[in-house]
Amino acid sequence: MTAAGALEGLGQALAIVVVPPLLLGVIARTKAVLAGRVGPPLLQPYHDLIKLLGKGTVVSRTTTWVFLAGPAVSLVAAVMAAAVVPIGGGRALWSFDGDFIALAYVLGLARYFTMAAALDTGSSFEGMGASREATFACIAEPAFIMGLLALARATGSLSLSGFLGPSIADVWSVASASLVLVAAGLLLVLLAENSRIPVDDPSTHLELTMVHEVMILDHGGPLLGVVLYGASVKLFVFAALLVRIAIPVARPVWLGWLAFLLGLIAVAAVIGVIESAMARLRLQYVPALLLSACLFCALALVLLAR
Amino acid sequence: MSSFFEPLLVTVLLLNMFVLGASRLRAVISASAAQGVCLGVLAVTAHGELSPAVIGIALAAVATKAVVIPRLLYKAMRDVAIVRDVEPLIGLIPSLVIGAVGTVLAVVFSGTLPLPGAHDGSLVLPSSLATVLTGCIVLTTRRKAITQVVGYLILENGIFILGLSLLDAMPFLVEVGVLLDLVVGIFVMGIIINHVSREFASTDAAELSELKE
Repeated sequence: MTAAGALEGLGQALAIVVVPPLLLGVIARTKAVLAGRVGPPLLQPYHDLIKLLGKGTVVSRTTTWVFLAGPAVSLVAAVMAAAVVPIGGGRALWSFDGDFIALAYVLGLARYFTMAAALDTGSSFEGMGASREATFACIAEPAFIMGLLALARATGSLSLSGFLGPSIADVWSVASASLVLVAAGLLLVLLAENSRIPVDDPSTHLELTMVHEVMILDHGGPLLGVVLYGASVKLFVFAALLVRIAIPVARPVWLGWLAFLLGLIAVAAVIGVIESAMARLRLQYVPALLLSACLFCALALVLLAR
Repeated sequence: MSSFFEPLLVTVLLLNMFVLGASRLRAVISASAAQGVCLGVLAVTAHGELSPAVIGIALAAVATKAVVIPRLLYKAMRDVAIVRDVEPLIGLIPSLVIGAVGTVLAVVFSGTLPLPGAHDGSLVLPSSLATVLTGCIVLTTRRKAITQVVGYLILENGIFILGLSLLDAMPFLVEVGVLLDLVVGIFVMGIIINHVSREFASTDAAELSELKE
């Protein structure tokens, strides 16, 4: 590996570790500005994480090791997912043929352990959240896989670095229609997977309608910190996919990185705008939203197979 | 043809899906207005050079489809106090699926219907057919008279897309005629809705089937 390559790898690893909580800060700030408030500082999520990691833990006596495994596995899975996603215009930290399928399954593993940890508490409330998460995932996952398949078909590659690495700019000139559809589908999947507003409300802890927040209700202190950080890394993964599709700038390297980081902030701002502009959908309409994400990605595949 | 052309057509398709999946009347009307804006931009980008006819059609399309008609519809909603739910005859998910299947079929079959000129193999024909089909679905499966107006509007958008590819062959007057036709249609529908609500206190299209003395 050349010195430049090593430097870029180091930059990517650093971005995976450092950037994710900033996205949460940007979302919170956008929502505050649109609501006419000053809002928390952009770096507030980092302070929250440090505060949570310094606290003690209270674990219910009814829980088993699964309860502790939930946050741990979902954080590790999210970081693994981030490692196969191309960051900053170059290739991913770790790429192999079929890594896009690994990405989908690693994220699925994270979801499984989050749900298992919720069920492990024995609370019917958390069980309900887990049930909803599973229901929505049933529709969101096919959309995600189909979107990635469309990218595979468009680029003729089998790894995410091939999809979204430096070559994505060429795809725009031949299959722009499919890329727009995939981007739209992935945006909806991002909102669903990261429990953002049309699907779930991340800011409430007392509503019966919430999905993700209810599953982590019993996690406190460092465990909650790990959950929060894992969730932000997951948001970072989806935002990175979206940014690489929407802003296919890769060369020169500094411009690729600049476009990538600004793109991430733009995605977070867009999420903030969506959250400010609309209310959470009624539970019965969520499948329609996720189904349309599926249909967008399926249509992208059809257009490519034409 | 610029690089914006195909993404714009895809945006039109996405708006079709949004219309089929939305449960609020205002959202449906806004989506059809957004489609009108897309069509205006499409009319400009479809042709390399900016001739007065192209600009005229683009401006006319945006003015009628995105400003005048949506305003008339919002006004009708306010005046007649139409409830904001769409009230579909079949569920939102089935109409989404029908729309998607129709779009895929439009993509598949448009290969056998070649267009004249440079648009062969592009998304023009599929998106036109899919938009017409979306209009038909909205026309037939939504209960309210006002959603039928929106359905008609979307159907007309589909025809406009098809007209875009024939703009060189199609005289300016024909296009303007289509737009005028549309406004007249909306006016008539608006008057009918108003009249119906004054006479019968309901604009449910299902109840318009019975004739009374």
